[in-house]
Amino acid sequence: MKKVIMGNHALSYGAMLARSQVIAAYPITPQTQVVELLSEMCADKTLDAKFIKVESEHSAMAACIGASVAGARTFTATSSQGLALMHEMLHWASGGRLPVVMGDINRSMGPGWSIWTDQNDSLSERDTGWMQYYCASNQEVLDTVIQAFKVSERLAIPSMVILDAFALSHTYEVVDIPDQAKVDAYLPPFRPQVRLTPDDPHAFGGLTSPEHYFELRYKLQKDMEKAPALIEETGREYEKMFGRYLGLVEDYLCEDADIILVTSGTAGYTARVAVDEMRKGGIKAGNLRIKVFRPFPFEHVRRIVKNAKKVAVVDRNISYGHHGMFFQEVKSALYGQDKSPPVFGFIAGLGGRDITPSTFKEIVDITLSKDKPEEEIIWIGVKR
Amino acid sequence: MIRKKEAKKIVFQSEKEMPMMPMSLGSMLYNKTGAWRNIRPVVDLENCIQCGICWKFCPDMSIFIENEFPYVNYDYCKGCGICAEECPAKCIAMVEEEK
Repeated sequence: MKKVIMGNHALSYGAMLARSQVIAAYPITPQTQVVELLSEMCADKTLDAKFIKVESEHSAMAACIGASVAGARTFTATSSQGLALMHEMLHWASGGRLPVVMGDINRSMGPGWSIWTDQNDSLSERDTGWMQYYCASNQEVLDTVIQAFKVSERLAIPSMVILDAFALSHTYEVVDIPDQAKVDAYLPPFRPQVRLTPDDPHAFGGLTSPEHYFELRYKLQKDMEKAPALIEETGREYEKMFGRYLGLVEDYLCEDADIILVTSGTAGYTARVAVDEMRKGGIKAGNLRIKVFRPFPFEHVRRIVKNAKKVAVVDRNISYGHHGMFFQEVKSALYGQDKSPPVFGFIAGLGGRDITPSTFKEIVDITLSKDKPEEEIIWIGVKR
Repeated sequence: MIRKKEAKKIVFQSEKEMPMMPMSLGSMLYNKTGAWRNIRPVVDLENCIQCGICWKFCPDMSIFIENEFPYVNYDYCKGCGICAEECPAKCIAMVEEEK
């Protein structure tokens, strides 16, 4: 069934179709309509789930962790400062190997207080052991929630499904809402190997000496390394059943491109429009949209950009005192490769400043005018 | 009453033998954490109003209800005192443990 829905509700429908059993959320700003619709679904029994209204985002994640360790499929959603408040609990979820799935609306961190998009909230959590999917359309948001549960439960690693504030969260698009029966066939019920139960009581997350802690972290990383192949496998399975492939990256006209724009989130689709325009003007541009940031798709990035003459990474985020974070990671993926084009790092669109096709035109003009980057960061659109 | 098993040191030769998540391998039926307690809750049942608030608030499920009155499971109670703090009838006293 096709419906016109906003990005927030695409998350809600995804969580509903995945048959989430426990949803815990703090209902005040920076929360969005994601959990509002889910609470209505719980109230009118469209969704057979326990909705726990808590007093903070820290408690929301704590409740998800408790429910998940007891064997329930759990979902929550948050944004910016709310995600930051969850920080401690994010480690508990991944360290405890609990496949919680969370929607994060990319909103800029305050102060100054902002409800507009940039990626510093989720990228500040990149090292917490969560998988991160950056979506570019409402359809992709809904589909990814369902896939994320499957991948997370298989690997026992939690997932964040991330979308841009307003550009997706409050933008209405046509979304194909799959049949429940087909989703059930794709995503079987959550059956953890061990869980918290009075029948066989164990303690979870207790004191772990240096003799064992190291190995637990090794195992988490080893399982994270299995994720790229599993995401592609489950993505192909999804394509067979629903007609839409869900991969790690999306490349657009990269094969013969002289210059490749590396993007993420909705800027990725804006970049396609810019690429089309530039191609008409005789510039061979392409776009590589990185969808999955954790685990990082090293092989795909290397393979796709290696034949380009130049690469321009566009970050809607910044690691203060360093670079944009996608720029850092693309460069690290290319380090030591036989062939690697010069990589230019651009920062644009912080705090919800629009990124438009002309932004990309400017980025391409700058990149083509120089042999290699002359500045650590090239700022686009700063009033100075 | 379950007797305490003899404790054995568990040594893993490789990460492959270890569980994926940090968890106790032995059952908590044997690992009685009540030994951590310094002060113990003592319920004065004469003044108890059977509200069940102590049962609800106990973070370790160490209060059980029998014939509508609360009793403490001292095998697991760690003596946090939340029950005594929350009791509206003030009928739970925290008494120092003597070793």
